Amino acid sequence: MAAFKIEHIKISGIAACIPETIQSNIDNPVFLPNSAEDFINTTGVLERRVADCDVCTSDMCYAAAEKLLDELKWDRSEVDVIMFVSQTPDYILPVTSAILQDRLHFSNECLAIDMPLGCSGYVYGIANISSIMSAGKLRKGILCVGDTPSKTVSLKDKSTQPLFGDAGTVTAFEYSETASPMLFHLGTDGSGYKTIIIPHGGYRNPVNENSFGTRKIAEGIERNSCQLALDGMDVFSFGISQAPKTVNALLQHFGLNKEDTDFFVFHQANMMMNKMIAKKLNLPAEKVPHSLKRFGNTSSASIPLTIISELRENCTSHEKIKWIFCGFGVGLSWGTVYVETAGLVCPEIIEI
Amino acid sequence: MSQIKLIEFIEKLATVFDETNPATIDADTKFKELDEWDSMKALSLIAMADDEFNLKVRGDDIRNSVTVRDLFEKINR
Repeated sequence: MAAFKIEHIKISGIAACIPETIQSNIDNPVFLPNSAEDFINTTGVLERRVADCDVCTSDMCYAAAEKLLDELKWDRSEVDVIMFVSQTPDYILPVTSAILQDRLHFSNECLAIDMPLGCSGYVYGIANISSIMSAGKLRKGILCVGDTPSKTVSLKDKSTQPLFGDAGTVTAFEYSETASPMLFHLGTDGSGYKTIIIPHGGYRNPVNENSFGTRKIAEGIERNSCQLALDGMDVFSFGISQAPKTVNALLQHFGLNKEDTDFFVFHQANMMMNKMIAKKLNLPAEKVPHSLKRFGNTSSASIPLTIISELRENCTSHEKIKWIFCGFGVGLSWGTVYVETAGLVCPEIIEI
Repeated sequence: MSQIKLIEFIEKLATVFDETNPATIDADTKFKELDEWDSMKALSLIAMADDEFNLKVRGDDIRNSVTVRDLFEKINR
């Protein structure tokens, strides 16, 4: 069972960056007549941020990192590791984390690695960076997490286009003998790999002349094979079942108490799903923040973006906060982490 | 897991279709042909089955069912 504890690593700061351009769902042409309101009520997504053509996930992470490093007053030569979690990298290869190592002027003695995960990406990212830092007593680490799903969806797909938004975030980690342990529970169900997928463009189905033919899947759902396909019913069925299971597994394995935990930040999938998950776990609304209304489903960035947009002042206060983060989705993959923070450096949301 | 009765399932399913007269919904109702049926209703149906009966409904269960009875037989495993 991938349930484990990581010691001596603390979160020092979090920053988030979003595109300036807002796309509203009220007058979104993708909807069938009179369907927009129903969609907004069910998913909770009123509007999303959409990156310009020349803005990649890495650019948003870069902007967030510059701001955060500035406010942390870190010596950049002390950053030993940079990880980039995203399913929308700059290139198929090389890794985007290497490009960011250079752009951010980190030393050549810095480890750079990418992790292509989505909804569960933030928790997996924390697990990976904190593990390597703890094992190696690495001083400082930067975890870049984000996506530009708007570039992967079909504009004629009402199940994906109005749901997803773009964002890039950065979380700073430091080695500290006095840090409270981080507790993890991670899992996978690859039998659900088709649930959220871009079928062509990898090596199973290399791009060919048929990849770009738009097909009608259902009324209001048209896409080609290089665009994101999401089985809404299967995702929903999976999320409402697995998210409560992984949170309960973490609580049980480590003897944690829901009542002692201050905030539960879930991947922002859709409001109906998120509300059901909170209800199944018996969590009071004030402990469960959401950012769906203004940003939509921002894939791996959704947990840190929600923290910054909804709880920034709580984070920066010196009072200790006990968190549980839970991400679940593409893979199918899920991860839950218990972490304590205090006095975080959290700049205001950056827009580019 | 205890077997749920079809009649209980129909009763709860009718609550999902809140714009339809529950008296008109029975085992032979072609639920996807009801006026209110859409992708949002599909999610409400999945939520209902989970909430009321602790039963998992997959996309294929809904896609491959025509009547309420079809759906009930698929998920009441």
